[in-house]
Amino acid sequence: MNFLEQYNYWIVILLMMSGFYIVIAHGNLVKKLMGLTIFQTSVFILYISVSKVIGGTAPILNDQYTVYSNPLPHVLILTAIVVGVATTALGLALAVRIKEAYGTVEEDVIQEKDLQQEGSAE
Amino acid sequence: MDANLARSNQKKIRSRAIEILINVILLAFLAITALSLAFTKDLFASVMLTGIYSLLSAAFFVLMDAVDVAFTEAAVGAGISTILMVTTLTMTGRYENRKLHHPLIALCVVAVTGVMLIIGTMDMPAFGSDVAPAQVHVAPYYIMQSGEDIDIPNIVTSVLASYRGFDTFGEVVVVFTAVVGVLALLEFSRKESDITEKPAPMFQHKILRIVSKILIPPIMLFALYVQFHGEYGPGGGFQAGVIFASAIILYAMLFGVEQTRKAVSMPVVKVFAALGVLIYGSVGIVSMLNGGNYLDYNALFENDITGQHVGIIIIELGVGITVATAMILIFLTFARRIGKSNSNSGTKEGTA
Repeated sequence: MNFLEQYNYWIVILLMMSGFYIVIAHGNLVKKLMGLTIFQTSVFILYISVSKVIGGTAPILNDQYTVYSNPLPHVLILTAIVVGVATTALGLALAVRIKEAYGTVEEDVIQEKDLQQEGSAE
Repeated sequence: MDANLARSNQKKIRSRAIEILINVILLAFLAITALSLAFTKDLFASVMLTGIYSLLSAAFFVLMDAVDVAFTEAAVGAGISTILMVTTLTMTGRYENRKLHHPLIALCVVAVTGVMLIIGTMDMPAFGSDVAPAQVHVAPYYIMQSGEDIDIPNIVTSVLASYRGFDTFGEVVVVFTAVVGVLALLEFSRKESDITEKPAPMFQHKILRIVSKILIPPIMLFALYVQFHGEYGPGGGFQAGVIFASAIILYAMLFGVEQTRKAVSMPVVKVFAALGVLIYGSVGIVSMLNGGNYLDYNALFENDITGQHVGIIIIELGVGITVATAMILIFLTFARRIGKSNSNSGTKEGTA
């Protein structure tokens, strides 16, 4: 039974770490943002897992039910999702501007071009 | 009598076992999706995988009784953010052809962090336990008292709009700020000369065009239903705003961005984005003028319950307006950029 009690948290950690791996190992800026999205959603899954009460129901009051899942994490995550897409959009906008300025969104090429520019300035 | 009780107990245990089984399977699917995302090079496939990931997590949220959250995740994660990423890919290119940065070191860092986090879960309370610290702090108050204090069935809306109204105001301001940021980055620095009048390539698909034309009004109507039914069922300003925006985005995908800008005036949309925040904030000011605290709806009317109802409806409206216009603005700004970005890189390559 111990396995099932912690299973959700372990999957959350697995998801979080795959998001983290994408962010540090991939050079493409858009892919990095996708990794951040995965990371972010894994945190949502953690919060919602914590809010679940076995045998409870959705937190909408009704005379037939007495046990409800915890509504507070739902509120936090609901707003976080919408804020998350807005901030992701901001990140994507930055990626578009970088593409227009450097002609690429690959991190190492951008760094090379920056170094070249510094060299020619000196 | 005893036999009946035993049977209903057995039924309960069986339904819980099925619930846990679905939980295990859904999370396993999520893990597979995330891992395959880490190892694919095709960015278009990656975007589709993030869409699948969002839909799966929405299904998981329903299983966890978080219906409002599932609603939002399905509309935002699987809908809007997938479209935004695809739009960005048309400008930044489909393949990432570079090798990974020190994949072994990255893998080590990730593995060590993961192991440490797993050690951290050892003293976490068991999943679904009703005596976990998260379950005994303020949640019982919300569940027991919100019916009396605010008198609307959906506790999530009560907490979102009333108990933690100040928090939600902050979130709305963040969404608004992100829109201002996107506009500053992509809208103001473009030249007006390269606007193309031709309709989107989707326009040639007759079935898509006709079906979507039929679908757009019901989508808008559904958004209004979600907006004003948020007190009684899952829904509210955040979800309604996203659904309303998705109707406009569908129109823009079929008939082209310029056509949409004729139908939806951009300056008006920008004013509305600010207006939503203003509506929300001014409810707080009015309650202060009436002698209450900021966003204390009890001060709005003689009767506390009426004050709460009116306050929640107005601020949900403000949230809905800001979120809808924010999503419309973000998408249209990205889509308009495509023409400029492509023609720009074309001339650059030509001169080089």
